[in-house]
Amino acid sequence: MANITLNNVKLQVADGITVLEAARANGVNIPTLCHMDMADIKMINKVGTCRVCMVEVVNPNGSSWLAPACATDIWDGMVINTNTPRAIKARRTMVELFISNHPKDCLACERNRNCELQDLAADLNIRDDRYAGKMSKHTKDTSSRSLIRDPEKCVLCRRCETMCNEVQTVGVYSAVNRGLETTIGTAFDFPMLDTACTFCGQCISVCPTGALTQISNIGEVWSEINNPDKVVIVQTAPAVRVALGEEFNMPVGTRVTGKMVAALRRLGFDHVYDTDFAADLTIMEEAHELIDRVKNGGTLPMLTSCCPAWVKFIEHQFPTLLDIPSSCKSPHEMFGAIAKTYLAEKLGVDPGKMVVVSIMPCVAKKYEAAREELANDGNANVDYVLTTREMASMLREAGINFNSLPDEDFDKVMGESSGASVIFGTTGGVIEAAVRTAASWLGGETIKNVDFKELRGMEGIREATVKAGEVELKIGIAHGLGNARTLLENIRDGKCQYHAIEIMACPGGCVGGGGQPFYGNDRTIIAARAKSLYAEDEAKQVRCSHENAEIKALYAEFLEKPGSHKAHELLHTQYVKRDKL
Amino acid sequence: MAQTNEKALYAQLDEFIDGLPTLQGALITVLHKAQGIFGFLPVEVQNHVAKKLDIPASKVYGVVTFYSYFTMTKKGKYRVNICMGTACFVLGAGDILNEFAKEIGVQSGGTTEDELFSLDALRCVGACGLAPVVMVNEKVYGKVKKDDVKGIVDEFKAKGGVA
Repeated sequence: MANITLNNVKLQVADGITVLEAARANGVNIPTLCHMDMADIKMINKVGTCRVCMVEVVNPNGSSWLAPACATDIWDGMVINTNTPRAIKARRTMVELFISNHPKDCLACERNRNCELQDLAADLNIRDDRYAGKMSKHTKDTSSRSLIRDPEKCVLCRRCETMCNEVQTVGVYSAVNRGLETTIGTAFDFPMLDTACTFCGQCISVCPTGALTQISNIGEVWSEINNPDKVVIVQTAPAVRVALGEEFNMPVGTRVTGKMVAALRRLGFDHVYDTDFAADLTIMEEAHELIDRVKNGGTLPMLTSCCPAWVKFIEHQFPTLLDIPSSCKSPHEMFGAIAKTYLAEKLGVDPGKMVVVSIMPCVAKKYEAAREELANDGNANVDYVLTTREMASMLREAGINFNSLPDEDFDKVMGESSGASVIFGTTGGVIEAAVRTAASWLGGETIKNVDFKELRGMEGIREATVKAGEVELKIGIAHGLGNARTLLENIRDGKCQYHAIEIMACPGGCVGGGGQPFYGNDRTIIAARAKSLYAEDEAKQVRCSHENAEIKALYAEFLEKPGSHKAHELLHTQYVKRDKL
Repeated sequence: MAQTNEKALYAQLDEFIDGLPTLQGALITVLHKAQGIFGFLPVEVQNHVAKKLDIPASKVYGVVTFYSYFTMTKKGKYRVNICMGTACFVLGAGDILNEFAKEIGVQSGGTTEDELFSLDALRCVGACGLAPVVMVNEKVYGKVKKDDVKGIVDEFKAKGGVA
């Protein structure tokens, strides 16, 4: 323990911690900008570059100096003042300098009301642009389907770089050039579309300003909704229902499934369905494929393929392993394929006039929807993807009072789902869902105990062996692409053997997706969303995908059986080798 | 650059990299060597270094763009460098740079189309007694006057492509 004096209060604090940690542990707030510590996912951005956390350290002779709280360790006998005029002035000056080189178009910025720089300016009582002068000039990168990079709004905190390089190990970003020309850019200033970016959107999640934002498809979706010639149907991913409430000041982890359905009807969608239905469908195909591979000596392990960022990651980083992911399309793409065939026929709608919109926790899904091979008869399976945040924006725009909406049910035919599909939204959920069905099929009857708790949790890499009939299935799970890389390297080098592996690009799985409400650096929010999904699973009557009555009807009336010719045509896909750059 | 020649240059670079005791923190050393071999650091060379050192290409590019020593444009056979240190600048290095630009036909940072000349401004070369200083490759010209510029350029034009 060390004795320190913090703002004239004598305290005992743990050795080896920083001034910032000591202050926060004792209820003293010091503003930060570049600093970010989410140790559980190895996201520690401690570059100490922004100097927004300056405090005054007093020497024994009474003189004092300014130190960055995030990058200064405490010592025994240290005297720190965080709120002296000198410290406050230093912090304010730093923020004023940031503002001097920051566009002032806050009103039209996507991060308006949700921007750390705005908050700092407000907290520090900044009332004018004292250092107005020359500003950096950069071009916006709107090349991708998923995200926009606007370097003029960048404060060079390098959180995105740490996230992309250290956590996700994708390495798209680096500080490029210097002085006023510095940007956090791509190799050779290539447009994002031409890099190895997986579009996971985690850089958006950690960006403090509007320098990294999602591509918005709100305008296009409004046009489709208001086009009388189109039948616009919408589907919602599992992770959306446990996070959307946060946008409307509900407690973290509130399940808003019923209100979400009601809200989508009020936005004007013609039919409201559930991606969970398609998640059950995915399990039918994936469990079938797994059993086939296990029984008939196919390639093992089988990797899940629901996560488009993960798919793009393996295409770039492990092009020699493209035979191991399941050939299943992701659930929302399966939904689109079935909607424009089976459902269109049931509704008596021309598939050419049907528009499929997906509400997703994800920005990579926007890119995925535009992949050429994810179409049938030249008609894209999914037309537009909106994130959880975009859906919330539309509701605010339309003046819908979300909190007072009644609970409503999804429409029939593609709206029913099992508990297994709900947990797709969290790490370990997809594989647990697959195991429930695979174990039932291998054992000849639906299993009684469906809770495979050994597959749950938040550790980055997990493994477990589960009994499925007579077979012992060895399961691996990774979330976060850095963890996925470790697992894949072990597989490539023959160091470990699994039957099946689930990989999700975002730490925590889809609940922590790049399109979800911003959670600051509070990872407990991600865990709370996941917990809520398991609660929804438990509350369901049907817990296994193959017991979903609408899924049974779909196979009986249309697809015949899992792995059938028709299923392959509509529900399966292939992967593309890509450069590592 | 002929294909076979280029292959030999990459082989030379690889030999250097393979001979390093560790690749940890070797990026700047390797880029130094690469620029020595290729004369500049085009995208292909940077990508090659990234793959060889198993680091993202963005990192390599970040370092190359940070240090003014590294260049991504091909330099001329004769690299004209004008010192822009304080002493040289005060004694008219700016005018001399402009004069060279006029004579050679490229601005600072550029290379002529025939790749004979490239023109750059340098920070202090440490020969302030000779200000203003001009260097062409390793050859130093001191107390250069505007009127001397044409003569210097002609001297190397006369040498032409012959080494």
